Amino acid sequence: MKRIITLTVVNRSGVLNRITGLFTKRHYNIESITVGHTETAGVSRITFVVHVEGENDVEQLTKQLNKQIDVLKVTDITNQSIVQRELALIKVVSAPSTRTEINGIIEPFRASVVDVSRDSIVVQVTGESNKIEALIELLKPYGIKEIARTGTTAFARGTQQKASSNKTISIV
Amino acid sequence: GTNVQVDSASAECTQTMSGALMLIESLKKEKVEMIFGYPGGAVLPIYDKLYNSGLVHILPRHEQGAIHAAEGYARVSGKPGVVIATSGPGATNLVTGLADAMIDSLPLVVFTGQVATSVIGSDAFQEADILGITMPVTKHSYQVRQPEDLPRIIKEAFHIATTGRPGPVLIDIPKDVATIEGEFSYDHEMNLPGYQPTTEPNYLQIRKLVEAVSSAKKPVILAGAGVLHGKASEELKNYAEQQQIPVAHTLLGLGGFPADHPLFLGMAGMHGTYTANMALHECDLLISIGARFDDRVTGNLKHFARNAKIAHIDIDPAEIGKIMKTQIPVVGDSKIVLQELIKQDGKQSDSSEWKKQLAEWKEEYPLWYVDNEEEGFKPQKLIEYIHQFTKGEAIVATDVGQHQMWSAQFYPFQKADKWVTSGGLGTMGFGLPAAIGAQLAEKDATVVAVVGDGGFQMTLQELDVIRELNLPVKVVILNNACLGMVRQWQEIFYEERYSESKFASQPDFVKLSEAYGIKGIRISSEAEAKEKLEEALTSREPVVIDVRVASEEKVFPMVAPGKGLHEMVGVKP
Repeated sequence: MKRIITLTVVNRSGVLNRITGLFTKRHYNIESITVGHTETAGVSRITFVVHVEGENDVEQLTKQLNKQIDVLKVTDITNQSIVQRELALIKVVSAPSTRTEINGIIEPFRASVVDVSRDSIVVQVTGESNKIEALIELLKPYGIKEIARTGTTAFARGTQQKASSNKTISIV
Repeated sequence: GTNVQVDSASAECTQTMSGALMLIESLKKEKVEMIFGYPGGAVLPIYDKLYNSGLVHILPRHEQGAIHAAEGYARVSGKPGVVIATSGPGATNLVTGLADAMIDSLPLVVFTGQVATSVIGSDAFQEADILGITMPVTKHSYQVRQPEDLPRIIKEAFHIATTGRPGPVLIDIPKDVATIEGEFSYDHEMNLPGYQPTTEPNYLQIRKLVEAVSSAKKPVILAGAGVLHGKASEELKNYAEQQQIPVAHTLLGLGGFPADHPLFLGMAGMHGTYTANMALHECDLLISIGARFDDRVTGNLKHFARNAKIAHIDIDPAEIGKIMKTQIPVVGDSKIVLQELIKQDGKQSDSSEWKKQLAEWKEEYPLWYVDNEEEGFKPQKLIEYIHQFTKGEAIVATDVGQHQMWSAQFYPFQKADKWVTSGGLGTMGFGLPAAIGAQLAEKDATVVAVVGDGGFQMTLQELDVIRELNLPVKVVILNNACLGMVRQWQEIFYEERYSESKFASQPDFVKLSEAYGIKGIRISSEAEAKEKLEEALTSREPVVIDVRVASEEKVFPMVAPGKGLHEMVGVKP
């Protein structure tokens, strides 16, 4: 099962190495990592998307992460009401003849063209991972030259709804 | 450099000094008694400040010897072992010891030299990314970037190594950091927001445990090294007596509960007693204290404690639920938790039937061996002699393998902190240097290193340290001219294909000892043991005793890998 785990860590050298090493040591697969500064100086936020076997693995992973001296807080936010976003840059083969057509495709995704060359364009899209995948699928027939994805970054919404089932798939 | 020689008692205000001197002053602040170390290029500035510092430095003959000695010292004294090694190969020679200390939760503060900051990352001479190499086997690690950070880092390192679940902390010091001067102060507050080990148990869980005990019919305590790390053996005894709950030990827990106590069931696990293993198999309440359900203890998990409610007391929350589904998780320090449980003074369980059953098993299935000298001098008998001649009061250090299991089985410990063994990692070559560390921690104790002829040859160069310091360590080599446990498994599981487990040649260990200036004696029979062993073990000088034991003897009882504890074989002659 896929889990989204966020960590706040003291931004010291080696902290990321320790954490990713821990994943290797305990045999967990990382799908993506994002790291960046937080509102507090010297504290970074790391968002992991991981694949684990079951609840027990999540608990063990969370506890092992918590044991790290430089880790301040570990939260498995998968079942919370969350905002999760990923950014992708997609270089699509595009002759002038197909450019309008592609624009028509990306528009509902609120994606934008951020670079144009003679035979390709670069599309920038942000959103949840499955939205990005949907767009990639639609662009595939034109020929994708390159994709760069940031991986998911996420945190809990300010207001938590009760049931986890009423999570809406937002395309915005 | 213009170094200010600072009296450690008066260095309250800040002083300017080199990183190397800061290190020395910090160690004094931490009241370090001795350092186990080995010099080299990158730590020259540190060793220069060590000179005339008044700190005791033990020089082993290999860095691995230094760190295992520090482990032995830590295990026996309860204080952190301090190690220094140079960069590159000096540092990488520590890796086995770090892994050993990590898995057996021993507090170490390890300093490694590093090449100068200006050349880090350039594959400089004797450069190794020791932080990267040791991350999975250290509780925490640091690389010092500027001398001012050293005191803070050292203070944190000692705190982290010795609190919570103890473990090794590594501090990597680039050569220039040791030379550059900075402001020294050791008064700063510790600021580790991400490190706050839980020591006080949750009251609700304590109540649940008290109730579980009162309603149990077949309770048992499994006590591990956490009892020793928490200095809680007195509390364990009081609790077990108050509640009348029988106690089994893990390998590393031995000594935490007196072996001759009527409630003691022996060691559990792969080569544990029938009674301890059946107790874990049949119990309806298993209270694990400072143990981590190692596979060598549990056997096949499908069968382990299959009808039992599990209560798990551990200072490391990550151990709870890691292996066993736990109904009563108690995170806390073993001593504090046991004190709280004793204070509760709950109702005892109605377990007279259970205790009758356990007593019957104890009577029916004691540890055994066939005392037949035609097969050679039995190693179990040798351990019994060692026990007899040291009055059961020695500190015993071992490697891993058959000799370790026989020591665990036939040297019953009455007291805590007498047993120094490599449990989790199973490190050959651990016993001899660990015995040196133990002897340095307990100068008046009788320290016996029980080793195999295989493991002995991995770290025997440390005999020179024994000679140099005239430590009265007794090295008993259970010499069967093979890797006994490997041989045993090959005999049982690999149809007697003894692939590379028998040594085709062997040095003369007596002459070897003499070459080191240490008395060496050879014992080849029970008669010789009776004649020579007592004197050798009770003298106050170092001795190496080469004992030729029956080479085909196997360790029993045994739980084969993949089997449940109840499926153990070799429970009777």
